[in-house]
Amino acid sequence: MSFINSLSRESWINLSLCIVLCAVPLWAWLSDQPFTLTLCTRVAILALAGVGLNIALGVGGLVSLGHAAFFGLGGYAMGILASHAQSYTPLMEAPFLLEGTKSMPLIWLTAMTVSALAAVFIGALSLRTSGVYFIMITLAFAQMFYYFAISWLAYGGEDGLSIYVRNGFPGLNTLDPLQFMLLTYAVLALALWFYHRLAKSSFGLALNAARQSPARVQAVGITRYNVQLVAIVLSASITGLAGALFADLNRFVSPTMFSWQTSGEIMVFVILGGVGRLFGPVAGAALFILLEHQLGGLSEFWHIYLGLLLLLVVLFARGGIIGTLAGREQANG
Amino acid sequence: MAESMLSVQGISKSFAALQASNNISLELKKGEIHALIGPNGAGKSTLIKQISGELKPDAGQVLFNGQDITALSAVKRARLGLARTFQISSLAMEDTVLQNVVLGALGARGQVFRFFRPALHDATLMDIAEAALQRVGLESHADTRTAALSHGQRRQLEVAVALSLQPKAFVMDEPMAGLGGGGSKRLTDFLAELRHEAPILLVEHDMDAVFALADRISVLVYGELIATGTVEEIRNNAEVRRAYLGEEE
Amino acid sequence: MSMILILEQMLNGIQFGVMLFLMAAGLTLVFGVMGLINLAHGSLYMVGAFAAAAVANATGSFLLGLAASLCAAAAAGALVEVLVIRRLYDRDHLDQVLATFALILIFSEGTRWLFGSFPLYLNIPDYLKGAVTLPGGVQYPLYRLSIILVGLAVAAALYLLISKTRLGVQIRAGENDREMIAALGVDISKLYTLVFALGAALAGLAGALVGAVQSVQVGMGEPVLIMAFVVIVIGGIGSIKGALVAAILVGLTEKLGGLLLVEMLSTFIEMSEAQSVGAIFSSMLIYILMAAVLIVKPTGLYGRSL
Repeated sequence: MSFINSLSRESWINLSLCIVLCAVPLWAWLSDQPFTLTLCTRVAILALAGVGLNIALGVGGLVSLGHAAFFGLGGYAMGILASHAQSYTPLMEAPFLLEGTKSMPLIWLTAMTVSALAAVFIGALSLRTSGVYFIMITLAFAQMFYYFAISWLAYGGEDGLSIYVRNGFPGLNTLDPLQFMLLTYAVLALALWFYHRLAKSSFGLALNAARQSPARVQAVGITRYNVQLVAIVLSASITGLAGALFADLNRFVSPTMFSWQTSGEIMVFVILGGVGRLFGPVAGAALFILLEHQLGGLSEFWHIYLGLLLLLVVLFARGGIIGTLAGREQANG
Repeated sequence: MAESMLSVQGISKSFAALQASNNISLELKKGEIHALIGPNGAGKSTLIKQISGELKPDAGQVLFNGQDITALSAVKRARLGLARTFQISSLAMEDTVLQNVVLGALGARGQVFRFFRPALHDATLMDIAEAALQRVGLESHADTRTAALSHGQRRQLEVAVALSLQPKAFVMDEPMAGLGGGGSKRLTDFLAELRHEAPILLVEHDMDAVFALADRISVLVYGELIATGTVEEIRNNAEVRRAYLGEEE
Repeated sequence: MSMILILEQMLNGIQFGVMLFLMAAGLTLVFGVMGLINLAHGSLYMVGAFAAAAVANATGSFLLGLAASLCAAAAAGALVEVLVIRRLYDRDHLDQVLATFALILIFSEGTRWLFGSFPLYLNIPDYLKGAVTLPGGVQYPLYRLSIILVGLAVAAALYLLISKTRLGVQIRAGENDREMIAALGVDISKLYTLVFALGAALAGLAGALVGAVQSVQVGMGEPVLIMAFVVIVIGGIGSIKGALVAAILVGLTEKLGGLLLVEMLSTFIEMSEAQSVGAIFSSMLIYILMAAVLIVKPTGLYGRSL
């Protein structure tokens, strides 16, 4: 009884979201609608990308308009490894043999590592500046990857790369929509758990404080640059993992994953759901997919309504769905 | 003869044509409160920033606890035990009182890169934080958002965060600013006790507090240190009266 | 590789740079005076191009089209400023980014709804067709040369506006201390609308001029916007001089850089190899340039030190 009393409003909302996100696929599975299962998988993967961004943006206040760079790197890590595996040609033969792979765990590890490395480079440069410069620089670097992917004809260039068979995960039949969905749900749950621990940890406290008062953080002996760089790297790895999963979902990778539209979209669902909130990206991704599905069916110009909604949220309901429903965040405990 | 904790030697700094600090030397000895006074524009803030590490001097040295810290960053100086409070409260406004103090504790102990353990469940950090809050009298407000505190409470919190660093010396920039009579008295009594744990370099305009607290006073005018001495010596110093105390009337 | 090709690409680089300058100048003015980052600037570029194409195709006059582009972009800018932008001046950069991103969505889809998804064509007027023979034997399209001249003329006009007129004084004062000019009795809201509309007009003009060389379509503005950001980072935000220098630098790097890179590579690998490798990396050159500037001077070549 006291446990129920101690749950905050936000926890109730999160719980409700979980229930809905489990009920919908359950109904879809029982009534044999694999398309809906795929939609739920999409929500989970986009939410995962948003959880990554939320670390840098929500906790750290770092407005990265270039997170598509990591999303795309994750996708291309999958595309490159899988395409070499499916054509039985190695990636390189000298100085050592590097073959492709269709194993998801290996692909995920690669995706996260590549994204993290790119984040070290991009973060180290962008953190030398602040404010508006940071926004422009992150956007520019993502664009760089976009043009790079377009001109790298070996992997499809502008047309992208198709992977004929979904990659494998030990013990699962990933071609089965339900199993793949459950796999992505598991990954999302893990990421949410990580975000939750991080936000409450010493690192999270320091990162959040660095956002609010750089002078304070310096005065207590914390180097802001280091904290923010680590935050960007962690943030990038998770978004990169989402990119690999996204590519696997669609069995297709293209430069669009690096585009400014993708960066914008990831940020939009984090904001719509509630920036800095644990389930913000989940609520936002669900809303986004819902709008895309419902409104998109009504009008091919549904982006206008998305734009209007975003404008209204930014001007009048800054906390997004969860912020508006749950009120101020619970800080301690 | 008490040991020197903090020693400023020949510090000079100019901004284009303006000489903000001109060959300043002073010492903060163990167990003392050393007040730094001077009219507005004298260069007190500039000097404080060079001591805390926010500004690099053009010439001169800063020694702390026997170590030359002139080349060290503000972050490193804080880790070495030099605690600074700000004239305009610099706190994480969205965080609670407790979170601000825990931040101080974890920063000083270099425990930043812990990702899984909740900071507020860490026994060591919590002990330090709660002790600091109790000493300044804010323990009942531990869960209050900093933005909701009164001005006086925020000044108390600034001091609490400095305490949580478990520092070897304090540099306090106008801690009395904006405090009413009661608040000033409480802080004065508090600082009088605190000096025995760690010496305090105190920048202040509140002359009652200065004369009540200071073991020694240094007077800064137009970037130059014109006098250093005990309260009596400074009170009787003609130059000081002319340059500063005279203007006060 | 011939000298003629190099000269040609150099001119292309300057032409591209001059267009980037028009975009960057508007952006940096708005940021310098109002402290606002505007992602919808690319939409204003697009509005100018569409207005020019629609009017030119309807009336047969290129000049009328250009005039329309200036008016339409300025009007769109003023409207957007009054309705949305002015609520953002006090907000943090995240809010500004999100709100102006929302505007991109609205403008893009709105334009697609009005004009359809197929590109519009804006034709170069007859009197600007053909090529001009320049010293050195280069045959360069007259139209592109005109773009360079128009762009430089606008740069000069901007310089005169900022340094010699009353509006310019207000702009410079506003860049230095926003609160102060309000206290001095300058009508801030009118000034801000004017500055925003001026920036929009510059973007619209750029869109219209480029629209005759490339096609006019939805989404044409954003890649240019992002490159304008690179220009601003390199040149330093708030500096029009920096924007011009950086824009020319970026333009030259973009057009000439690839060529020189392939040349350099072909000295030690096969030409066809050099060309494919060069193609991949030449698209990255301007970002490498930006990274280099960030390492050496994070606030940009002419930016104020933070």
